[in-house]
Amino acid sequence: MLIGVLKEAGAGERRVAATPATVERIRALGYEVVVEPGAGAGAGFSDPAYETAGARLGDATGADVVLGVGAPPPERLGRLRPGATVIALFAPAADPAAAAELARHPLTVLSPDAVPRISRAQSMDVLSSMANIAGYRAVVEAAHAFGRFFSGQVTAAGKIPPAQVLVAGAGVAGLAAIAAAGSLGAVVRATDPRPEVADQVRSLGGEYLPVAPPGEEAPAATGYAREMDDAYQAREAELYAARCREADVVITTALIPGRPAPRLITAAMVAAMRPGSVIVDMAAANGGNVEGTVPGERTVTENGVTLLGYTDLAGRLPAQASQLYGTNLLNLLRLLTPGEDGVLVLDQDDPVQRSVTVVLDGTPAWPPPPVAVSAAPAPAAPAAPPAPEERPPSPRRRFAAVALAALVLFLLVALAPAALVPHLTVFVLAIVIGYYVIGHVHHALHTPLMAVTNAISGIVVVGAMLQIGHGGPVVTALAALAILLAGINVFGGFAVTRRMLALFHRS
Amino acid sequence: MTVTHAAQAAHLVAALLFILALAGLSRHESARLGNAFGMLGMGIALVATAVLAADRGLGAGAAALLALALLAGALVGLHRARGVEMTGMPELIALLHSFVGLAAVLVGWNGFLEVERHPDGTEAAALDALGTLGIHHAEVALGVLIGAVTFTGSVVAHLKLAGRIAGRPLVLPGKNALNLGALALLAALTVWFTAAPALAPLAAVTVLALALGWHLVASIGGGDMPVVVSMLNSYSGWAAAASGFLLGSDLLIVTGALVGSSGAYLSYLMCRAMNRSFLAVIAGGFGIEAPAAPGTDHGEHQEITAEAAAELLATARSVVITPGYGMAVAQAQYPVAELAAKLRARGADVRFGIHPVAGRLPGHMNVLLAEAKVPYDIVLEMDEINGDFARTDVVLVIGANDTVNPAGAEAPGSPLAGMPVLTVWEAGQVVVFKRSMASGYAGVQNPLFFRPNTAMLFGDAKDRVEDIVAAL
Repeated sequence: MLIGVLKEAGAGERRVAATPATVERIRALGYEVVVEPGAGAGAGFSDPAYETAGARLGDATGADVVLGVGAPPPERLGRLRPGATVIALFAPAADPAAAAELARHPLTVLSPDAVPRISRAQSMDVLSSMANIAGYRAVVEAAHAFGRFFSGQVTAAGKIPPAQVLVAGAGVAGLAAIAAAGSLGAVVRATDPRPEVADQVRSLGGEYLPVAPPGEEAPAATGYAREMDDAYQAREAELYAARCREADVVITTALIPGRPAPRLITAAMVAAMRPGSVIVDMAAANGGNVEGTVPGERTVTENGVTLLGYTDLAGRLPAQASQLYGTNLLNLLRLLTPGEDGVLVLDQDDPVQRSVTVVLDGTPAWPPPPVAVSAAPAPAAPAAPPAPEERPPSPRRRFAAVALAALVLFLLVALAPAALVPHLTVFVLAIVIGYYVIGHVHHALHTPLMAVTNAISGIVVVGAMLQIGHGGPVVTALAALAILLAGINVFGGFAVTRRMLALFHRS
Repeated sequence: MTVTHAAQAAHLVAALLFILALAGLSRHESARLGNAFGMLGMGIALVATAVLAADRGLGAGAAALLALALLAGALVGLHRARGVEMTGMPELIALLHSFVGLAAVLVGWNGFLEVERHPDGTEAAALDALGTLGIHHAEVALGVLIGAVTFTGSVVAHLKLAGRIAGRPLVLPGKNALNLGALALLAALTVWFTAAPALAPLAAVTVLALALGWHLVASIGGGDMPVVVSMLNSYSGWAAAASGFLLGSDLLIVTGALVGSSGAYLSYLMCRAMNRSFLAVIAGGFGIEAPAAPGTDHGEHQEITAEAAAELLATARSVVITPGYGMAVAQAQYPVAELAAKLRARGADVRFGIHPVAGRLPGHMNVLLAEAKVPYDIVLEMDEINGDFARTDVVLVIGANDTVNPAGAEAPGSPLAGMPVLTVWEAGQVVVFKRSMASGYAGVQNPLFFRPNTAMLFGDAKDRVEDIVAAL
């Protein structure tokens, strides 16, 4: 089958759906590839590079499978071969009406932005790979517009404080932004309604700001329960109002699938920010998290706050965005080409393939049934009831036990022959000393400790030394053998301990 | 001041020096000093005892034999200590324990030959005058019993650790009944011997105790060997203490009790680290249960090449290495140390996480890493490192299996359930060095290998680590 790679029609779209590297691997699946002239120009991939990778140059609209980044305009879809398959970002979740409209064409429409979030489909998750790039780029754009250092410095000419960056939403884009801002030296704080992301935020060097004050119950993982809407949102607004005032850069990434972006930052909060501050609204295309951002535009408020509403952040790193997007498509094609024979087979029983299908041979297929996220780790089985803890015995019972043991010991010693008593005394005391002496041994020293106790237990040599030469030749012979064995122990044990201890050193 | 009096004083000093030795050995800073105290104490004890023996009328021939035996023992011991590989330490220590056990048996038999064989002799008369003749009988039997169990148990442990016999637990039908029956029989024989000291019951005690020691350790799986070695260490102490009672030597009693109680406590600590009851380990209950769900489909594992692993490490800011017995087997500690040094030089934060029962001896990994010159302050215990895995970029699991098995923490039905493990799976990426997908000592498949953030690097640990070092 022939795969066509479109030259993007959208204004300002610099990405391309396949790079020379992915073209080569698509061909390995058995396909022929045709690339529209100039398709990779925006991302820095020349036509000859595609030809070297084995693609033909020419019109892609006649291909059996057409790859694009943005959704091709309707007139272009109309020119495609009937029965062809189109793979591009149609964003059916954001606009179901437009998705239904696509069924006017006798085509199969696949939208890889709809892959379910299960681990098997991770390699095709274009939203994550694009969000990662966009998060990084958002910081770069913010730094550009900010016009000051991100890192704090102390120089001979004075002190520069580090920039204060606030990231709203710690999804893929938010985490990428936290990492990028942090490595530029800024002080990064991040909010997210899901308390479980706190560790991820910290792992990238950011500080997590919980919306719920500590001690109060955090919102459920689903985040948007209606009952707590009012109280929760009031606290959230309070948090943003306070944090925006002191922030130099705010990056908002909050998106809820299939709904307009939540409004996090109001005009009043923007007005309270310092002049020169920058806000990047990464949700601008979906309605914006910030009041007053214009999608795709850079605007400056009256009080000198720059609002960036760019919607093409990932496309601003076109080569790598194309590479990652192209690889995501390649992985999708792999799934769709089970025979690796250049024949595209769409299996509507496979949840991943079903999820990305928007139109199937001219019949609307959106929305897909919800995917049971079965491959995800099963929600930690209701924590097994804690094993019945051995309850520490009550003080009274302990006292009774000790008293009983003392009585037994007393009877034992009292009934023992008098000559034995001093020996029993040292025996019992030595046991107690052995227990306490070893109590806090460092784990790393267990082996040397064992070697040294082993050497010390060679003290049995003393017994044999006192027996040798008394009571006849058999006794002497056995005693000599015992001395030999215990001697090996004593000298070997100490020497080996010495050797081991000499190895340990500090860095 | 008589010679006997002086020798007693010297023995007291030696006993105190032994206590200082053990106390010193519990911290890195004082460990070498502790060992020196131990050697000094032993020197004092040997000299004092030699003088005492001479004072008691040691013939020239016997004195020469004594010196010769001690010298030969010293030479053999020093030679073994110098030649042993650090990876072979568990075997050596087990073997040394067996010597103490055998020596205790010999001392016990000598006691019998000196006293009980001559019920009308001067020694027996002296003991009878003190009213401790009956006690002496019991002491002989107990000393021989404990010594014999220690001896054969240590020999089996040595053979298992040295790989000369299979590490699999021996499963005889009704093994618990066998053990208990043997103990009961031993108790009966001891009573018999105490009542009527004769050759037959003592020989029976010896043979039965030797068999019991063999069976006890043979039925314990190789995975529990650290506890077994520690337990035998404790036994060798009790054997020495029993000899002390037999000879009326406070030095032997004190030292034996020290070693015995410290070894027992160490074993207890280790059992707690494995969340296993001490009795279960001694009875060999571990490792022979059927795996809970053998048919569980874990999914597929991913493989990684050494080059890709090197790339991963080159960009990692924090790396934790969790070694296991496989590192010792492959002798990979030197390349591992080199890898750690390289990564540290690149500015990565490299640490080692050691599970309490990693390896075949408590602290085995620490000794190996120390041998390879890994500074001990970056070698952390499980409790110190477990909280940090979530902030770690890459974890290298080198030849460890059960100690990093999530089933210990997550699967209540698993034989490992409840065993505290290194929570390596919380890290960003885990690379497991392993020869194949075979299961570990517990015979349980490890779900870690099938996690999405785990990659398997197959092959000999040493070769693979060297490949990574080369690729860096």
